[in-house]
Amino acid sequence: MLAAKRDALLLLEDGSTFFGQGFGAEADSVGEVVFNTGMVGYLESMTDPSYAGQILTFTYPLIGNYGVPPYSARDKFDLPRFFESDSIKVRGIVVQEACDSPSHWASERPLWKWMESEGIPGIQGVDTRALVSKLREAGVMMGIIACGHDAKDRGKLAELLAKASSYSSQNLVKGVSVPGPVVHGGEGPKIVVLDCGTKLGIVRNLLRRGFQVVRLPYDSSYSAVMQHDPAGVVVCNGPGDPQLLADTAKCVGSLIDGEVPVLGICLGEQLVGMSQGAETFKLKYGHRGQNKPCVDLATGRGYVTSQNHGYAISETTLKGTDLRQWFANADDNTIEGVLHASRPCMAVQFHPEATPGPYDTLFVFDRFIEMTRKARPLRGEEIRSVKA
Amino acid sequence: MLEKYGVKVLGTPVRGIQLTEDRDLFKKTMIGCDVPVPRSFAAYSFDEAKEATDELGFPVIIRVAYTLGGKGGGVARNLQELSQIVERGLNSSLAHQVLVEEYLGGWKQIEYEIMRDRDDNSVIICNMENMLGMRVHTGDNIVVAPSQTLTNAEYHLLRTASLRAARTCGIVGECNIQFALHPGSERYAAIEINARLSRSSALASKATGYPLAYVAAKLALGYHLTELKNRVSGITTALFEPSLDYLVVKMPRWDTVKFDGASRIIGTSMKSIGEVMAVGRGFEEAIQKAARMANPQHDGVVRRGSPHDLSTALGRLERPSDTIAFDLAEALRAGAREEEVAEKSEVDPWFVSKYKNVVDFHAFLESLPPGAPPNREVLARAKKLGFSDRQIGDLLGIGEDRVREARVRLGVTPVTKVIDTLAAEWPSRTNYLYQTFDAAVDEAPPTSARKVIVLGAGPYRIGSSVEFDWGTMNMAWALKGLGYEVIVVNCNPETVSTDFDMSDRLYFEELTVERLLAIYDKEKPEGMVLCVGGQTPNDLAESLEKRGVTILGTSSQSIETAEDRSKFSALLDRLGIPQPTWGSFRSPAEAAKFCSRVGYPVIVRPSHVLSGSAMRVIWDSSELETYITKAAMVNPEYPVVVSEFIEGAREVEVDAVSDGKSTVIGAIMEHVQDAGIHSGDAIMSIPTVTVSKAAKEKIRVYTRSIARELKARGPLNIQFLVRGASVYVIECNLRASRSLPYVCKATGVNLIDVVAPAVEGGSLRRTADVEEPKRFAVKAPMFSFLQMDGADPKLGVEMRSTGEVACFGDTFAEALSQAFLATGHRIPAKGDVGILLLEPWQDASGVKPLLSRFRGAGIEVLELDERALDERMAEVMGLISGGKVSFVLSFNANTNVDSEAFHKVRRKAVDLQVQVLSTKEEAEALLLCVGK
Repeated sequence: MLAAKRDALLLLEDGSTFFGQGFGAEADSVGEVVFNTGMVGYLESMTDPSYAGQILTFTYPLIGNYGVPPYSARDKFDLPRFFESDSIKVRGIVVQEACDSPSHWASERPLWKWMESEGIPGIQGVDTRALVSKLREAGVMMGIIACGHDAKDRGKLAELLAKASSYSSQNLVKGVSVPGPVVHGGEGPKIVVLDCGTKLGIVRNLLRRGFQVVRLPYDSSYSAVMQHDPAGVVVCNGPGDPQLLADTAKCVGSLIDGEVPVLGICLGEQLVGMSQGAETFKLKYGHRGQNKPCVDLATGRGYVTSQNHGYAISETTLKGTDLRQWFANADDNTIEGVLHASRPCMAVQFHPEATPGPYDTLFVFDRFIEMTRKARPLRGEEIRSVKA
Repeated sequence: MLEKYGVKVLGTPVRGIQLTEDRDLFKKTMIGCDVPVPRSFAAYSFDEAKEATDELGFPVIIRVAYTLGGKGGGVARNLQELSQIVERGLNSSLAHQVLVEEYLGGWKQIEYEIMRDRDDNSVIICNMENMLGMRVHTGDNIVVAPSQTLTNAEYHLLRTASLRAARTCGIVGECNIQFALHPGSERYAAIEINARLSRSSALASKATGYPLAYVAAKLALGYHLTELKNRVSGITTALFEPSLDYLVVKMPRWDTVKFDGASRIIGTSMKSIGEVMAVGRGFEEAIQKAARMANPQHDGVVRRGSPHDLSTALGRLERPSDTIAFDLAEALRAGAREEEVAEKSEVDPWFVSKYKNVVDFHAFLESLPPGAPPNREVLARAKKLGFSDRQIGDLLGIGEDRVREARVRLGVTPVTKVIDTLAAEWPSRTNYLYQTFDAAVDEAPPTSARKVIVLGAGPYRIGSSVEFDWGTMNMAWALKGLGYEVIVVNCNPETVSTDFDMSDRLYFEELTVERLLAIYDKEKPEGMVLCVGGQTPNDLAESLEKRGVTILGTSSQSIETAEDRSKFSALLDRLGIPQPTWGSFRSPAEAAKFCSRVGYPVIVRPSHVLSGSAMRVIWDSSELETYITKAAMVNPEYPVVVSEFIEGAREVEVDAVSDGKSTVIGAIMEHVQDAGIHSGDAIMSIPTVTVSKAAKEKIRVYTRSIARELKARGPLNIQFLVRGASVYVIECNLRASRSLPYVCKATGVNLIDVVAPAVEGGSLRRTADVEEPKRFAVKAPMFSFLQMDGADPKLGVEMRSTGEVACFGDTFAEALSQAFLATGHRIPAKGDVGILLLEPWQDASGVKPLLSRFRGAGIEVLELDERALDERMAEVMGLISGGKVSFVLSFNANTNVDSEAFHKVRRKAVDLQVQVLSTKEEAEALLLCVGK
């Protein structure tokens, strides 16, 4: 009845400790501790490459209720139907309660088994609300989940944590980008995704609209991109500090100068900003959730968006560039989207592809299609606009 | 009509209401915006309904257009059920329309609450999952927010469909949409939209902390979601979707057992009367809390005692009744496999597995050596799974107090968490709180202010409704005015007292000794106010005081004196105040001897049952024997109480407030019905109609002397019998009564305000009695017999009404007419036809004058005794079905003999919403209104 549960702990950079029970892999794991306020979508979040290098706390207390489906379940584009990439990308998760007996027609195994098979530890039984309040007040920080045999040795854990390199100093994109070109879809005009760790949701949305998608490594040169003669380029989401990606930003700048239609999403938006001379800064505790209000400044219309970012374009540095603010976050007024004054370039900080989250801003992809059409008459191909 | 008078409709336009209420239009609209709907056909007659059923095949579900709470609808599995439900449905629909729909019984039932402004900014405030699926009306369902078994794809598939539907219907403000979701795929169908704030919206508002009604009102005035602030955080915007870091469980409160003959099966037509909401960090904790909140006699979802055998237990899952929350646990205890339980009950396996956790741990607790409290680890686990101290104490044979002591000593105490709409992402200023054992850090340290705790009334149920919420809030406001920080504890999401911004602190919590002590120990207030929340808090007085809680207001000893029949009777004797003769007996023979001495009829009740439940009026010795012996009501442990029934007496009540020295009388009310009808079901009038000045003076004198003797510090209610100049006291309650708000509204004097200083130890704010008003205010009960399949619409000493109205008039007849109309009665007019069912014991000559008065007003009354009815049954039923009958008189109040034929007629009348009057006095009152 009181089955022996593995003791585990979460130690934060500032010394605070949260005790709980381990599940998933019996391992220790270091990462930046962040939180997401979505109430559904753990499969999508945990496989979102933007979480590389991070330990993710779910504010909703019951996680794993609908289990884990197999990767082999594919959608019509032959992408894994229920995931945003082909493996777990978070370094670990922190939850109030992980569900051992899930119930869903698509599920093949419980959360802990999935995590165990991919070597990812989790800790449960943590007062996640208390943890979130701490991160809100003190800002996100590095932490270590100790789920392995040394869970009791705090000194050793502190040492491990101190030795670990900070989140902002790591080039995490390298680990989640593609090694070489990957092509999805057959016919149709080509969209190049400059892959900083793209969520499959972005790829799916482009495929649904009749494009062929070519994912290229994040450090591809301008000419390497242009070799594919793209109808447009999507600079996608990804983990880490954009400052480490100056070369990618330079490439984006060249694409914009070359009047190639560009859509930036999340990290991609920050890179678009940097390419035009704006600067980025780190938010105290980021925006991670599915309930983030963004207002289109031109129309006053508000949208509920899905977000996952720790950095943003600084508003003051936007002035003097050719970028105009498009969306503002209605809660804290940070920049949530920009439009180029004269070039076919748009970028959003939120995730129009959702997954997880609300589908209210899918129109961003439709606007991008229009942009590609206007920029270059398509050679006879018809872009099918497919409703998501 | 609104158009005719140039009334502008704010918020959702009339067109939106039509699109969502008219079943056929709704279907077309949904298909038009690519939202699937179940296959269905609108029908205006039985033949049309039959045709539709031929097409769909049984079972089908009948939904009634333009009605509330699924009133009159139901699932038809055969032709007979079809004809019955369709007839009932067509009659209760304002548009005489029903919808025959394919039955999606095994599907999940998911709801979304949508907020939309005039420029299409839209958000979802909350989604909810109905644990019992599509089988059971959401009003009778166990509802969990947020949904627990939906994936991201499913959640957002339905979310997007909700927004599309709301946009198409042109909703401005708030609406609720219900979906059926297939449990084995992503197939779904929209069932209905409520283009208004609904019961579900109120729940969503309490579940999330998002003030739906407030924001919806602003949107109706033309504001945009982008302009409004989130009132909880004070900094973020109203355009967002609440993120919960807890879950809530809503459990209905049924009172079907209070209705003779009523079916306890729940289905697509709502039967519950109230509800509770429990908040927790885990499902087990929340549902166990909810089970106790809705049913204080239970300790959690596992019943006391040993379970039924497996086949009985499983059988109960197939046709769920009002005990389903407990039956699920019982089947598992009886040895059913989880899959079996899920299959029979159509409850998602996820919920069943949580039930299994509770049942398994219950078995583990049972297996522990009794006589000692468990260790820290076991206690902590038990509390996380929502077990109460009382339950643990019972299982280990050590009692609640020893469990609590051990728990506190070992540091297993609940922590307080804040409901803030945004999962702690932003700092919040709210004091909307709950307690949980499934967390470590307490977020709401007590302030240093002078404070008091005011207890609410718990779920609405028969005998306890919004009147006690009125009392709770008025007391809270009055004490705030006296400089206190006011902390309210309540668990009913339908009330004002559980609005998070009404009190200084709100604990959305159980009204149990365990939880109240936890809050009391934490907050360290000057005391607790129990006298305004009705019987629930009142019943806790002694237990709380014994454990060191300071009770503000009347002492628990005085409450005990007033409630203990012998003590109170002795007090009346001491004061020289007359009372009906009574006695308490341990054998039927003793009781019979007493009865023959005082003469029949008598009122009989078991002494261990509080209030009116199980009370009966007994008319002769054979009835007495049947009631006492057969019902095994009398035994040495629980004597039976028998009191003289004073026939033909008027029943009169007083609401007053006292500080122990002086007493202010708010009003003297006279019941329209003779004594014997529960005061909650009686029609009453302020000022009195027939009571003499002398009798009223006696009433005032008696009231003052009783209040002084009991050292009452707070509101009190005394019930009297008046016959001529004789006045007898029958009962005294030292708390705010059900009628107090009516008295205050009739007289314009807020007695809670007057008494608040006395509750905290001071004096009343005034000394003079409230003057009798010149105009009349009549209070009348509202019944829900229609929703209670099979229930007999009769009145008696047990209360059965579920609501009430009060209406004003310059004369008694005028106020009375208004009250009749407001409770759905029709005042008969010339040419109408009524039916009188003449009981065998009834003297036909006794009703002659009444009938001739009806006839004098041009109203024909068909007089039928049992034999005549038997002969003409088909004709009579036809008359009622054909809408030819405007009322049925069946003076059977408080009778125990019943004719099946009469019952059939009364039930038919109820189903077709023809009024049934069960006392002669009501019939006379109705006559007073004819032609007015």
